[in-house]
Amino acid sequence: MSSKDLLPNDGLSEIDQEFFCQAPPEYISPLPKPIEDFMNWARSESLFILAFGTGCGAIELRPLTTSRFDMYQYGIQMRATPRQSSVFIVGGYASVKTLKRIVRSYEQMQGPKFVVTLGSCPINGGMYWDSYNTINRIDHYLPIDISICGCMPRPESILAGFVELKKMIRAGQCDGANLYAKNFAWYKANQKRIIKDWNMPDYNW
Amino acid sequence: MMLEKLKQTFTVTEVKEQKKNLTFFTVPKEQMEMMLITLRDHHDYKHLSFIVGIDMIEDGVFKLTYMLYNYETNHSFGIHCNIDREKAEMDSFHHLWEQVGTYQRELREMLGINFEGSPRLEENLSLDEGWDGPPPMRRDFDTKEYSNNTYFQREGRVNYDPREYMREQLYPTFPKTESDKLLNGGGKK
Repeated sequence: MSSKDLLPNDGLSEIDQEFFCQAPPEYISPLPKPIEDFMNWARSESLFILAFGTGCGAIELRPLTTSRFDMYQYGIQMRATPRQSSVFIVGGYASVKTLKRIVRSYEQMQGPKFVVTLGSCPINGGMYWDSYNTINRIDHYLPIDISICGCMPRPESILAGFVELKKMIRAGQCDGANLYAKNFAWYKANQKRIIKDWNMPDYNW
Repeated sequence: MMLEKLKQTFTVTEVKEQKKNLTFFTVPKEQMEMMLITLRDHHDYKHLSFIVGIDMIEDGVFKLTYMLYNYETNHSFGIHCNIDREKAEMDSFHHLWEQVGTYQRELREMLGINFEGSPRLEENLSLDEGWDGPPPMRRDFDTKEYSNNTYFQREGRVNYDPREYMREQLYPTFPKTESDKLLNGGGKK
C-alpha cells in the first residue's frame, strides 16, 4: 500500500497516531456461493446486538430480553462490547454529540455488521426535523440495513423487523460493511461536515 | 414587612405576588449582588433554586430570574434582573453559591451572556463537537434554516395546516370561505 492510500488521522496528536490504524477499510469479496449461503445462514441465526442505547428507542429493547418477548428464541442477544457484536441499533434520534460515539462504536465492530434503526427520527428527523443539533438522515453517515418505523416501535414490531433482517441476511442483501468501505470518502466527508472538531482517528478498529 | 424594608435600600419595582409563598420583583443590575447577599445572610433565603434567562427580544433585554428559597417559612423570592441584549453581560455570583457556576455556563452557552470570572465558563455542556453557530436559544436564531443548511433533508416531507387539511379531507364540497367564517366564530356567540 502506498503512502497515498493511508488515512491522514490528522485529528490525532503525533504521539497518538501510531496507536491507531492508518489503513482504510477494505472491500471483502464474498466466498463461493454455497459457502457464503451457509455463512449467511449462520450469521442470521446468531445476531449479537451491541448494547448501546441512543435516543428513546433503547427503552423498547429492554422488554425484548425478558420472558414476555424473549428475543433469545430468535438467536438474538446483547453483547457489551463492539468487538463481539454484529448488529448495531440506532435507537431513535441522534444528536451530533451522539453521532460521534455512534461512528466510533460502529467502526470498532467486525464485519459483517448490520445496522438497524428504530423510529422515525433516523429516517427523516421525526419530530426533531428542524432542530439545530439533531441529524435528520442517519443513512448519510452510516450504511443502514433496515429501518423499523414508529414513534417508538413496540417490541412486537422490533421483533418483526429482526425477522425481516434475518431474511435479508440469508438472501445476501445486507452488505453494509462493504458499502461503507466502498463509499468511505463520502461517509467520512458527511461525518466531518457536522463533527467539526474531529479529534479521533479516521477509522478506528 | 420584609419587602417594605428592602424597598428602603433597594430599587424594587414590579412586585408581583404570584401565590402565597412566591413573590416576584425586579431590581437593577447594579443592586443584584447586594440584594442576593442581603436575602441570603439577613433574611434566611439560603437556597438558590435556579437561574433562568428569558430572551425578551421585543424589549431588547434578557430577563434573568434568580429563585431564592427560605427553608423556615417555605417562601420563595423570584428576583428579576433585566440586562441589555446587545451588551449581554452580568456579574458572576459563583462566590455566593458554588452551583451558580453551572447555571452561568449554561446561560453563556445557550443565550450568549458573558459572566466575567465564572469558573469553566467557556466549556460547553451540550453543544460539543465544534459548534460554531450563534447561541441557539436566542430567539433570532433560525433553527430551521440552520438545520436545512447543516443536515440532509429527506425529500418528500410535506407539512399541512391542520385545519385546512381536515376540511379538505372531511368536507371537500363545503365552500372554503363559509368554513373559515364558521371556524373563526362566524359573528354568532
